[in-house]
Amino acid sequence: MAKEFVKGKMVPVPSTSIIPERDLDKTPILECRHLGIDFGGLRAVDDFNLILGRTEIAGLIGPNGAGKTTVFNLLTKVYHPTRGTILLDGMDTAGKTTPQINRMGIARTFQNIRLFNNLSVEDNVKIGLHNQEPYSAATGIFRLPKYWRQEKASHERALELLSIFDMQDMADTPAGSLPYGAQRRLEIVRALATNPSLLLLDEPAAGMNPSETGELMENIVKIRDTFQIAVLLIEHDMRLVMGICEGICVLNFGRIIAKGTSDEIQANPTVIEAYLGRKKEA
Amino acid sequence: MKKLWKNKTTRKSFVTYAFVVLAYVILQSIAAGGGMKSSLKGMLVPICAYVVMAISLNLVVGISGELSLGHAGFMSVGAFTGVTAAIALQNAIPNAPLRLVVAMVVGAVFAGIVGFLIGIPVLRLKGDYLAIVTLAFGEIIKSIFNNLYVGMDGKGLHISLLEDKTHLMEDGRLIIAGPMGIGGIQKIATFTAGFILILVCLFVIFNLVNSRSGRAIMAIRDNRIAAESVGISVTKYKMMAFVISAAMAGAAGTLFALNYSTVVANKFDFNTSILVLVFVVFGGLGNMLGSIIAAAVLTVLPEALRGFATYRMLIYAIVLVLVMLATNSPRLKALLARLVPGRKEEGTDG
Repeated sequence: MAKEFVKGKMVPVPSTSIIPERDLDKTPILECRHLGIDFGGLRAVDDFNLILGRTEIAGLIGPNGAGKTTVFNLLTKVYHPTRGTILLDGMDTAGKTTPQINRMGIARTFQNIRLFNNLSVEDNVKIGLHNQEPYSAATGIFRLPKYWRQEKASHERALELLSIFDMQDMADTPAGSLPYGAQRRLEIVRALATNPSLLLLDEPAAGMNPSETGELMENIVKIRDTFQIAVLLIEHDMRLVMGICEGICVLNFGRIIAKGTSDEIQANPTVIEAYLGRKKEA
Repeated sequence: MKKLWKNKTTRKSFVTYAFVVLAYVILQSIAAGGGMKSSLKGMLVPICAYVVMAISLNLVVGISGELSLGHAGFMSVGAFTGVTAAIALQNAIPNAPLRLVVAMVVGAVFAGIVGFLIGIPVLRLKGDYLAIVTLAFGEIIKSIFNNLYVGMDGKGLHISLLEDKTHLMEDGRLIIAGPMGIGGIQKIATFTAGFILILVCLFVIFNLVNSRSGRAIMAIRDNRIAAESVGISVTKYKMMAFVISAAMAGAAGTLFALNYSTVVANKFDFNTSILVLVFVVFGGLGNMLGSIIAAAVLTVLPEALRGFATYRMLIYAIVLVLVMLATNSPRLKALLARLVPGRKEEGTDG
């Protein structure tokens, strides 16, 4: 029962975004200006400019080692950029730490899954809800009424979030013993629990079979529609990228070589060259 | 209630409480009936102190996932500040149990403060480095108390370092006398007080672990980067676990010291830290009931082995090695899993 999805139907994005023709008056959620980072002498990312609309699903693609994950790490301040600025919802993120960035509205998943393996699935989601249902440590130790109230709320919220991927039944399983695909989905749920306005997915379909990938595509769109958030994803599975991404940004050797819709990207000779190499002159 | 019982962690904590209460009732009735050897009777309070040390260190090592080798340092801080408070308040609070409680609170607060100060630089480090620095911290505390002189007279407390410059008045009393430590302590620590302290510490740890803060602490242990990515402040929660643990060790130190007539800084050395770590590893990381049993058994064992005279510590070591081997054998684990339903899934806590 695949849900009918019209690409970009409800997506207002500003004119400077990847897809310029959908011009509406809302401010962008993310704006990177001349972003760059050096590791020693290596320019891992250079002059990275990107604007993301509030409910845009965008793809970040490129050959291995192009710097895609580095861009994610820059956005979440795992690395601090050498050059350039990142504006999140119009606010400068310079000097912020990773937890602060999350509270400002960026949530992410990881290429190599990083779950809290010894904790249950539900606890993993509850940890994502850490800043959503707050109470002090003393409230927790003495089990004041607020503790019970907030715990009940986060329990219900956790199950609700898990139901996006039909994972309520696994709530008590330790996260580390879940099958691979379920671990990937749990990471997304955990990220969503932090109530982000921008979701970064690092290779969400890695290791999934075609039917799982198809389901994931529907779910990413469903998440965007329900939560009204922007999604930026890194993915090597072109069926997924071309299928759901409204805007695509191609990275090679740390630089953007092309931006546009899936049709434009597929026809772009520079992109083809980056992936397949140059045609030998006869 | 039924729903609570279904929760694995809640069930586990109830079992632990029940075990502690049962052990207390049995030991207390044996002691009251006069059926207990005086050597064992004298060990009841130290056992309680070591049990609290073990569960508090388990909070840092098992729950928070940081290897600390200086836990005896916090015990030392608690012992010296707590006993000093007990002596200083001897006239102000004539009621011994109340004075004991106040002394333990003082010990806990000071140890907590020291834990916080140590935590600021130490918790920036990871793994081996943290272990080395905490080890050094334990030694520093030891030398400080070996060179500290605290006296009290009509004018209040006088403190000096390296040599006795307290210049007390006629009615004054030197409380901490450098390497001589504290002498002439009124032994006000009781088994019941130790039992209550264990229950309080268990209550704090279990409730902390099952709360938002505890989940954050365990999240950092399991995956620091992921914890940061969901908005958890790593320093804050590591510090929380460290300070709570230090405060508990401080209270245990006060209890321990108030069971003897003298206390010296050399009692709380590296060996004590390692001993407590052995309790924790032996009982299982993150497993409070295991820590309690390990601490109790391993405190009694050297005493029980007195019959072997010279070879006592050798036998002790061999018993340690054998039990470690046995509990790690897959065959025994499988057997346990079959005998005790639900045991297998709990194994993941280790």
